Amino acid sequence: MTVTENPPTYKFVGTRPVRHDGLDKVTGKARFAADLDMTGQLRGALVRSPHSHARIVSIDTRRAEAMPGVKAVVTGDDFADLDCAHPEFDMAVNLMARTEALYNGHVVAAVAAVTAAQAAAAAAAVEVEYQPLPAVLTIDDAIAQGAPIANTTNRTMFTGDTEPSNLASVNELGRGDVEAGFEAADIIIEREFRTVAVHQGYIEPHACVADCGQDGKTTIWASSQGHFAVRSKTAAALGWSTDRIKVIPAEIGGGFGGKTTIYLEPVAVLLSQKAARPVKIVMSREEVLRATGPAPATKITAKIGATNDGEITTLQATMYFDNGSSKGLSALTGAMSLASYKLPNLQLHAIGTVTNTPRSAAYRAPSAPQAAFAVETLIDEVAQRLNMDPIDIRLQNAVVEGDPTATGAPHPKIGFVESLEAIKNSDHYNSPVPEGAGRGVATGFWFNIGEQSSATVNLNEDGTATVVTGSPDIGGSRASMALMAAEELGLAVERITPIVADTESVGFTDITEGSRATFATGMAVVNACRELIDELKARAATIKGVAVDEVEWLDGAAVIAGHDPLTLPEITALAKKTGGPLTATASLNAAGAGPSFAVHVADVAVDQETGQTTILRYTASQDAGTAIHPSYVEGQIQGGSVQGIGWALNEEYIYNSSGAMENAGFLDYRMPVASDLPMIDAIIVEVPNPSHPYGVRGVGETGIVPPIPALANAIAAATGIRMTSLPMSPPRLLAAINERDGN
Amino acid sequence: MPRTHVNCTVNGDEVDFLAADSTSLLNALRDELGLTGAKEGCGTGDCGACTILVDGRVNCACLMFAAEAEGTTITTVEGIARGDHLHPLQEAFLEGAALQCGVCTPGFLVAAKALLDENPEPTETEIRYALAGNLCRCTGYDKVIRAVQEAAVAVNGASK
Repeated sequence: MTVTENPPTYKFVGTRPVRHDGLDKVTGKARFAADLDMTGQLRGALVRSPHSHARIVSIDTRRAEAMPGVKAVVTGDDFADLDCAHPEFDMAVNLMARTEALYNGHVVAAVAAVTAAQAAAAAAAVEVEYQPLPAVLTIDDAIAQGAPIANTTNRTMFTGDTEPSNLASVNELGRGDVEAGFEAADIIIEREFRTVAVHQGYIEPHACVADCGQDGKTTIWASSQGHFAVRSKTAAALGWSTDRIKVIPAEIGGGFGGKTTIYLEPVAVLLSQKAARPVKIVMSREEVLRATGPAPATKITAKIGATNDGEITTLQATMYFDNGSSKGLSALTGAMSLASYKLPNLQLHAIGTVTNTPRSAAYRAPSAPQAAFAVETLIDEVAQRLNMDPIDIRLQNAVVEGDPTATGAPHPKIGFVESLEAIKNSDHYNSPVPEGAGRGVATGFWFNIGEQSSATVNLNEDGTATVVTGSPDIGGSRASMALMAAEELGLAVERITPIVADTESVGFTDITEGSRATFATGMAVVNACRELIDELKARAATIKGVAVDEVEWLDGAAVIAGHDPLTLPEITALAKKTGGPLTATASLNAAGAGPSFAVHVADVAVDQETGQTTILRYTASQDAGTAIHPSYVEGQIQGGSVQGIGWALNEEYIYNSSGAMENAGFLDYRMPVASDLPMIDAIIVEVPNPSHPYGVRGVGETGIVPPIPALANAIAAATGIRMTSLPMSPPRLLAAINERDGN
Repeated sequence: MPRTHVNCTVNGDEVDFLAADSTSLLNALRDELGLTGAKEGCGTGDCGACTILVDGRVNCACLMFAAEAEGTTITTVEGIARGDHLHPLQEAFLEGAALQCGVCTPGFLVAAKALLDENPEPTETEIRYALAGNLCRCTGYDKVIRAVQEAAVAVNGASK
């Protein structure tokens, strides 16, 4: 279902063609990095620290090197020595420990051998002497008086502090006078919220193949969200210039932010260089969970004030976000994500911590779900106390164009009110709550970003076209690139082939992150197409012997008064005679990414004997600006919703007392399966983004923000219990039910 | 290292390969036979990305030893289409946008085929339970379930 303000008429944009990469994906032909094999290829294996924090006293690789089939062994000594102020320092140390192992699972050495089994056996034979150090495992550990230092290279950002610290960052954001806001409030509610680390849960483990030639030129095949970033990060970790490295993007089996950084590629390159053979490394699921990107654990204390007529006067929050083993901006991002309400008085203390747990990575709308859990729960409680409709209180306080974000910068044109109204008018919201169930509502916001993109559009001699970009396609972006090119050129979408090219075949393009691919790379495609149309008109003028300003481009043809239209294939067929190949390239640093808002409503039933929450019905609205391919917009909304549902109800990193992850597998790290869920009804709201030629807003991320509080609010409605820590899993909810009942 | 000579039928072709005792059927399919459609998402039978049919029954290829394939008939995602004719499930997944990254898709298609072979008119709940062994992190399952429903209609239409 789509709700559109003044729908424009497009011929291709907004249709639902079969995606161009679909056939390969339903027949098993699509090649992900782990599916690639090179002639003479070796297999790599990693040696990982069994300690959460330890000094590496020595590494003896002699026994491993003598094992059958072993061709190379590398340790931290083989990597470039980066200054700790280098922007890639933490990434580089994370993929290969130097002086200290910073978490259980941190890589300390790697081997390459003829077979995977030989590599694994040799990895087990690398002898590492560790001196265990005191480990810091939680936010509370990190901020305790006299706490040991988790990572001695960390300096607190934004404070000017130069001493090692467990604080990654400290920021204060705000406006107005919060004390005056509380004075003006009739209701004040304060609660502490806690969340634990969760994983992005992409089904494809990290994998790559690297082939380092005799001349030092290296080719990497990688599954990543950004192969130009693979190139630059690999170059940084090795101290190489980027021109030595070519990265070929393989299909990527899910990323959700977790494949915006790298773990394997520089290791594979060095092993390949030492062995003078290609090296493939594929992580196991256990390695993925133990040592790649969880989202931060949090502790948020939030206090809200509102008047009896529903005006939210104040929000004050202290927000701790744990970055894991090295610094990050998760706390600041979490604070900045609180941008959905007018909040005349706002005070946010954002504090990032460093602990001896895996280095956290981006996860879909990074930091926003944890922040929304706190604020959307408190707003729900205010509405409940005032006996107000939960949508109405949000409509009353919702930001509109010109209202400030958390940093004070004004919102551009946004569709928050429209997204709230879409839920308010939905069949779901207007149906009675099922007997014994509870209904919860919550909202979400994400900034979205622009960044740099390049695109080349080649018109082929038969009038087909190839759209070449540098944006790895993680959710159907190739189809949206082709749709925008089709709309511009007036060429059937089936006649356009969208591809993702390697780092030497297309201009620099930033990572597919921040919901930017369809927005920014799409804009580069549109610009290239417009340049091509100018050229097509010039060619038509040449062919017909008229002035170029007499030519119009309409529906895929040059239209000239008094002449038959010249179609695109007719012009491309004559390209050789009219000036040569028809090709155009555009690149940009896109500004004006339109923020996206989402509103979710959930009906749940809670089993009072087991604590099990069953979702009976779920509806999500989201502002897409303009949905280029509505099916994949719905897919983003539905997929984000279900990741949020998993985060809310089941998913958690469970560490033992020494910091080893106890549930590093999909049996015990329990992600949602089909039988856990109902259909997810997606309502696409379209308030076009004025900064994009078709009005696109990124849609990838916001969908994961509302589910946690929507379900917490639904559980509160069903049980009277306000859950303030995650996950709201059966044992935890059952304990809360027993406490409520005095059992 | 001792190896076992294994003979079996894969996607209609008689094949044979040598497998070490510890080699999984998944690795044999991928590394010995070049059939990389089945994926390793977990290696512990929890994600279903390596789902194949062995003598018509759903199995996680990562949980079987390659040597256990002796004398069996195996279907992988590469064997679902008949020549150029896609299976109705493949058509429905394409038409219904039931895949995003596509890494779980081979497993879903094989598991769904097994369901429809057994039960051509499944309810939504039956589909959800039949596919509960297959993890998808991109789609939230909504479009996957709808695609199986569509394919069931197509399969039944063709058989009537």
